[in-house]
Amino acid sequence: MNDLATYNFAYLDEQTKRMIRRAILKAIAIPGYQVPFASREMPMPYGWGTGGVQVTASILGPKDVLKVIDQGADDTTNAVSIRAFFQKVADVAVTTKTKEATIIQTRHRIPEEGLREGQTLVYQVPIPEPLRFLEPRETETRKMHALEEYGLMHVKLYEDIARNGHIATTYAYPVKVEGRYVMDPSPTPKFDNPKMHMSEALQLFGAGREKRIYAVPPYTEVVSLDFDDHPFEVQKFDKPCALCGAENVYLDEVVLDDKGGRMFVCSDTDHCEDRRDCGHAGHMLARQEAAE
Amino acid sequence: MSAVPLLKVNDVSKFYGSRIGCRNVSFDLFSGEVLAIVGESGSGKTTLLSCLSTRLMPTSGIVEYHMRDGQYRDLARMGEAERRFLMRTDWGFVHQNPADGLRMTVSAGANVGERLMAVGDRHYGNIRVAASDWLERVEIGIDRIDDQPRAFSGGMRQRLQIARNLVTSPRLVFMDEPTGGLDVSVQARLLDLVRGLVHDLGLAAIIVTHDLAVARLLSHRIMVMKDGAVIEQGLTDRVLDDPREPYTQLLVSSILQV
Repeated sequence: MNDLATYNFAYLDEQTKRMIRRAILKAIAIPGYQVPFASREMPMPYGWGTGGVQVTASILGPKDVLKVIDQGADDTTNAVSIRAFFQKVADVAVTTKTKEATIIQTRHRIPEEGLREGQTLVYQVPIPEPLRFLEPRETETRKMHALEEYGLMHVKLYEDIARNGHIATTYAYPVKVEGRYVMDPSPTPKFDNPKMHMSEALQLFGAGREKRIYAVPPYTEVVSLDFDDHPFEVQKFDKPCALCGAENVYLDEVVLDDKGGRMFVCSDTDHCEDRRDCGHAGHMLARQEAAE
Repeated sequence: MSAVPLLKVNDVSKFYGSRIGCRNVSFDLFSGEVLAIVGESGSGKTTLLSCLSTRLMPTSGIVEYHMRDGQYRDLARMGEAERRFLMRTDWGFVHQNPADGLRMTVSAGANVGERLMAVGDRHYGNIRVAASDWLERVEIGIDRIDDQPRAFSGGMRQRLQIARNLVTSPRLVFMDEPTGGLDVSVQARLLDLVRGLVHDLGLAAIIVTHDLAVARLLSHRIMVMKDGAVIEQGLTDRVLDDPREPYTQLLVSSILQV
């Protein structure tokens, strides 16, 4: 006997997993509907992905290959700690390669590389209720979902245009799922919204603090809300990625020095590395090599 | 005025446990008609208004509404979705406190446009035009369209609330003390405005007020309530000039003369 605490596979006990799986099944059956579940305390603070971790723990099997990203990157704190957590409590294989992963837990990005059937994307959601900042009462928002009263969502977009001349919401951009429920796609940039539409992969959303699970099954219609005269558009970037030269990808701004130097690089680190391995080079990388 | 009533109220009572809210109230309201419900505090005016506007379920009695398709529907038997749809399209409700009826954190334009968006209007330009048009009609400057109602005075808030309710061209508007808490000069302007709108749009309205002057100015007909029951009703001028019930006489004679 050793004195170390022992965990059930993937940390959660089997009864809890069963409860969460039932919530997930219900969520898949009603795309976009927020299913309440008995969220557990996890060994990490709220806001660090307790909802996503519980969903991942419930669907994880010993043969799964796990990838965890935080703002598109595999090597930032949240991603590293959650990956280490599942290595420890489930001893599963982990990867940073999007195409090798069977389960991808994400905080706020959808990988650039198209997902395929059989893969599952698990989102960490802070506030699942898209109507929350307009209608503070939960009883009322649930009624509005039930009766499909979504005029309020457009009030938010109206306010955006009235104040800024265009729809200035750039993340957590509301979508309508399969023509029925309006859903908050978690704080992913709206750049990623079109990737949710008719996605081949299963998408699961877990909100730990708010105790809600919702889902978008594969091949489901996901439409971003807009006005006829102000249609939905994604962000456009002036320059390609400074390291791999990729265009039409989501870029992060990196400040280089205190003299105004900055660069724009792929937010999806795996995608960027892949491209560089294949010989693509952006202007910063070319200069670096020249210096060497 | 058409020959068929817009709203048929038959023997409506509301009890709060053993206490009486209102009892055995019956009347018909025709389109284009303004009815004032007056009485002192606690006489059941607001309870009755809540029962009529489906905000409360009456304990007994039937309230029927003449829908646009020509059918009478028992409001208590309508589904919730249908009732809420009716409330935000064919009806309006003006609260005494504008903060209850407005969204204080979104701009005036969005407040007016909300009902349009709720019924499926998805063209920003059109919504904007409708909102400006309505702000103009209630005498709010177009330059205030992007301001939040928090920045508005009490009178402006009340006018904004009226615009927000009227944008879908409702046929019936409920008003609960619409001039409460406003000073007299602002009250006078608001009354003038409401009178104009009711006349121009052919609205039917039920106005709850304790202010007989408001009733005199706005309403065609008046109902006097006491202890939950209607004790006298008739044409406004008749009731106010020639009150029959002792209580109504007391009420009319209690008006302060300046």
